[in-house]
Amino acid sequence: MAGKTLYDKIWDLHQVRRDDDGTVLLYIDRHLVHEVTSPQAFEGLEIAQRPLWRKRSILAVPDHNVPTTGLEYGITDPVARLQVDTLNQNCDKYELTEFKMGDVRQGIVHVIGPEQGATLPGMTVVCGDSHTSTHGAFAALAFGIGTSEVEHVMATQCLIQKKSKNMRVTVAGPVAEGITAKDIVLHIIGVIGTAGGTGCTIEFAGEAINNLSMEGRMTVCNMTIEAGARAGLIACDQTTLDYVKGRPFAPRGEIWDRAVDFWSDLHTDADAVFDREVVIDADDIAPQVTWGTSPEMVCSVTGRVPDPALESDPIKAGGMQNALDYMGLAANTAFDQVRLDKIFIGSCTNSRIEDLRAAAAVVRGRKVADTIKQAMVVPGSGLVKQQAEDEGLDQVFIDAGFEWREPGCSMCLGMNADRLEPGERCASTSNRNFEGRQGQGGRTHLVSPAMAAAAAIAGHFVDVRNI
Amino acid sequence: MDKFVKFTGIVAAIDRPNIDTDAIIPKQYLKSIKRTGFGVNLFDDWRYLDPGEPGQDHSKRRLNPKFVLNREPCSRAQILLARENFACGSSREHAVWALLDFGIRVVIAPSFADIFYNNAFKNGLLPIALGNAPVEQLFAEYKKSEDYRLSIDLEQQVVSNAHGVEIPFEIDESRKYCLMHGLDDIGLTMQHADEIRAFEQAYYERMPWLQ
Ligand code: SF4
Repeated sequence: MAGKTLYDKIWDLHQVRRDDDGTVLLYIDRHLVHEVTSPQAFEGLEIAQRPLWRKRSILAVPDHNVPTTGLEYGITDPVARLQVDTLNQNCDKYELTEFKMGDVRQGIVHVIGPEQGATLPGMTVVCGDSHTSTHGAFAALAFGIGTSEVEHVMATQCLIQKKSKNMRVTVAGPVAEGITAKDIVLHIIGVIGTAGGTGCTIEFAGEAINNLSMEGRMTVCNMTIEAGARAGLIACDQTTLDYVKGRPFAPRGEIWDRAVDFWSDLHTDADAVFDREVVIDADDIAPQVTWGTSPEMVCSVTGRVPDPALESDPIKAGGMQNALDYMGLAANTAFDQVRLDKIFIGSCTNSRIEDLRAAAAVVRGRKVADTIKQAMVVPGSGLVKQQAEDEGLDQVFIDAGFEWREPGCSMCLGMNADRLEPGERCASTSNRNFEGRQGQGGRTHLVSPAMAAAAAIAGHFVDVRNI
Repeated sequence: MDKFVKFTGIVAAIDRPNIDTDAIIPKQYLKSIKRTGFGVNLFDDWRYLDPGEPGQDHSKRRLNPKFVLNREPCSRAQILLARENFACGSSREHAVWALLDFGIRVVIAPSFADIFYNNAFKNGLLPIALGNAPVEQLFAEYKKSEDYRLSIDLEQQVVSNAHGVEIPFEIDESRKYCLMHGLDDIGLTMQHADEIRAFEQAYYERMPWLQ
């Protein structure tokens, strides 16, 4: 019999029952909860008078519409405040662990889970948010769910699931100097497309992936959903263990040793067979910039905005032209001709300490270009913010002309006051460049933190390796 | 959840691939803590010419006369026809609630984003994935007709038009069963509560660090 993939192993561990048609009741270890997708789930439980199955599996945090400035005034938007208050009330009522606003541990749900050791190897992790795929960096099966499923997990600790297909993306060889995890994942999406992983769980492998830090692996897994796959996975190795050890929710002492022993099997067997395999040559990866309104519309900063006239598929060409019209870009423009209005460094893709260090290294001793209206850094959590301040990074950013904000989702989706105005162009370290994502009519270019920092200094895109 | 019965409904089509959840229901409306009332903001950016905010009187806003859902009879559509990768993007169930609240009960497309596909069933919205060729055929018929209608028969698993052309579709047996009986997933799972408890006992003995 062929060996098992990492996905097969985690899946089998969590299978409570299986029906003849392949429907599985899958056990859930960790349930992360935030203010936007949970109120209707709590409401549903209440209406049906159902208790929570396992309260300690839940870790809750408000993040999507918390303000990232002027915290002393609280949330001024009454609708957003109602959501956050509702989360607080529900967590108090059911005695759930919640990092409320003002708690230094508060931050973006996908930053705080790993930071607290609440995400462990081999777990199933769910959250009512599509970027739950982030946690797959820990060899955990992690995926986003809808509100009905949030309610289902709360009531039963299980989900009704069907197994996805196994897909592996191998990034062979080491990447060149100056290439980051964000460039790797944007390049992968450019190659396989936004529907390239639909119906699959993608395992990322290869030297370039193994060489990444946990922060980098989280960036890659975070954007798996942008490639159409609900979950991304990376095998557990020494890098994983070093990151997890000693974190507040992580096991200790003799139990830690037992866990490590168990986790040593969390990798794909050598003879396992994947339904789909894609191999990417790490040498092909240069710093990436998206030019359109879908993450697959991406190319190297050294290239030019593509020309729909050269696309043979008419539907694709039409889509490209729509995107260019929305983005206000002409075909064949060089990226150093693309001038920017705003810079956003943050989001669950790139707001961890390593991301801030990378951006600060570019910014240090330089100034944001006069033509940039606003440049901001939004740390992923209170603890990331504190760490950055201990290292003096806040001052580096402030001296250069960046705003240094409080943790939250912020301009990643513009649910709070941080957003783009119509027509404004932004270099953003977030994960989605959909129309209106960062504000109605706003134009988003996805890049790595170092590329965003370099663009802030230059006022337009530049190859970060040349400055 | 209402039982899904056979019906004939007006079709509205949006000829675009990759219609994302931000387009279906823009994020400013996610601040609601309710499941209803999202229908007026379905496709908000495309439907209105002026920007919208939650809580405002949307009947006073300027409608985009070119947008399909603002045109008769599509403003009363129960079936939405679209291209591949429908509802990609976020996990927001609000996308399903908005479609349902507007009156849409079936979405037909060549493919759907996974999370949306799941969410739809949980709320009684039927996503029908048809091949590219049949979808192309439906678009062609739709473009020729002022008032295009389709019949959806879940039990027989067929989409049919007024001329009796029938297109079969696939659906999981368990999902079909739940839709046809208006069953709630949690109730179904709770029937296995003892099994879950037994599973947990063995599980935590083996992996005490998860306890
Ligand atoms: S940072 Fe952006 S992508 Fe991440 S959870 Fe928040 S809104 Fe979603």
